[in-house]
Amino acid sequence: MTRILLVRGMLAGLFAGLLVFALARWIGEPQVDRAIAFETAMDRANGEPPEPVIVSRRIQASLGLLTATVVDGTALGGIFALVFAFAFGRMPVTSPRTLSALLAGLAFVTLAVVPALKYPANPPSVGRPATIGMRTAAYFLLIAFSVLAMVIATEVERWLHARWGGWNASAAAGAVFVVVMFLASRLLPDINEVPAGFPVTVLWKFRVAAMEMQVLLWSVLGLLFGWLAEKSLRAQRLHS
Amino acid sequence: MAHSVAGTLDHQPVSIPVIPVREILPWAVFGGLLLLLALYFVGAEQGAISLIQGHVVHEFVHDGRHLLGFPCH
Repeated sequence: MTRILLVRGMLAGLFAGLLVFALARWIGEPQVDRAIAFETAMDRANGEPPEPVIVSRRIQASLGLLTATVVDGTALGGIFALVFAFAFGRMPVTSPRTLSALLAGLAFVTLAVVPALKYPANPPSVGRPATIGMRTAAYFLLIAFSVLAMVIATEVERWLHARWGGWNASAAAGAVFVVVMFLASRLLPDINEVPAGFPVTVLWKFRVAAMEMQVLLWSVLGLLFGWLAEKSLRAQRLHS
Repeated sequence: MAHSVAGTLDHQPVSIPVIPVREILPWAVFGGLLLLLALYFVGAEQGAISLIQGHVVHEFVHDGRHLLGFPCH
């Protein structure tokens, strides 16, 4: 069963990744181009030589972007399916489709909303190359905290469920997650490397586009995988 | 009304087959590791750490890396 769910999760993620690519082309690429135009203008004004072209802009915005979104979607879809395989029957939600939608919502909060509130997506030319090590460490540390806090919160829900009922237990678990992540975000370093003069609207539109891509990814993954999982779970019950 | 909804959640008949952990574990370890490696190549390779020399991987997934929210440059 795990293998079937894993394959279906990866397929749902692949499809979601294709849609994310289309959305990124449409609303993301114009902002990337504007950011690169700003970078080029700044380099020229400072008398710096233009950066060497290793991969052309055309390839970056088509095949490169497609590869990134599809691999990201497929990999997250597979991991999502493994989490679903474990959660199914172990959480108070019994319908596969409802569970898939719920888990996708939780994953969206854990992996997209929480990291973006502290370290939002940045267009090219925002972020100094010298600090990439610290920024990468801080980003993945925040995600590790976020995943850990979500695991603790679901355990809290499970523990309180029988005593307090589903509603109160979920509210308490949500409060645990929010408080833990609020404190963890305060502990991690602030990073603000937006260069002076960078157009504010480009930054804003870029970050909104990045968040919209995450909304699309997790809604498609959650709904499509729920439908596929329900079909395979029902088929298995008929056979056994 | 709210009571009956809570009731259905609390007292579901346990007819759902739970997938045993020993069945999930090998898939989670090998599959999960490969999938995390794929995410690493899209999100972080040739940024802070490089497994492959140069900048080709980084430059190829450049736009996706920025738009998916990974730290870049």
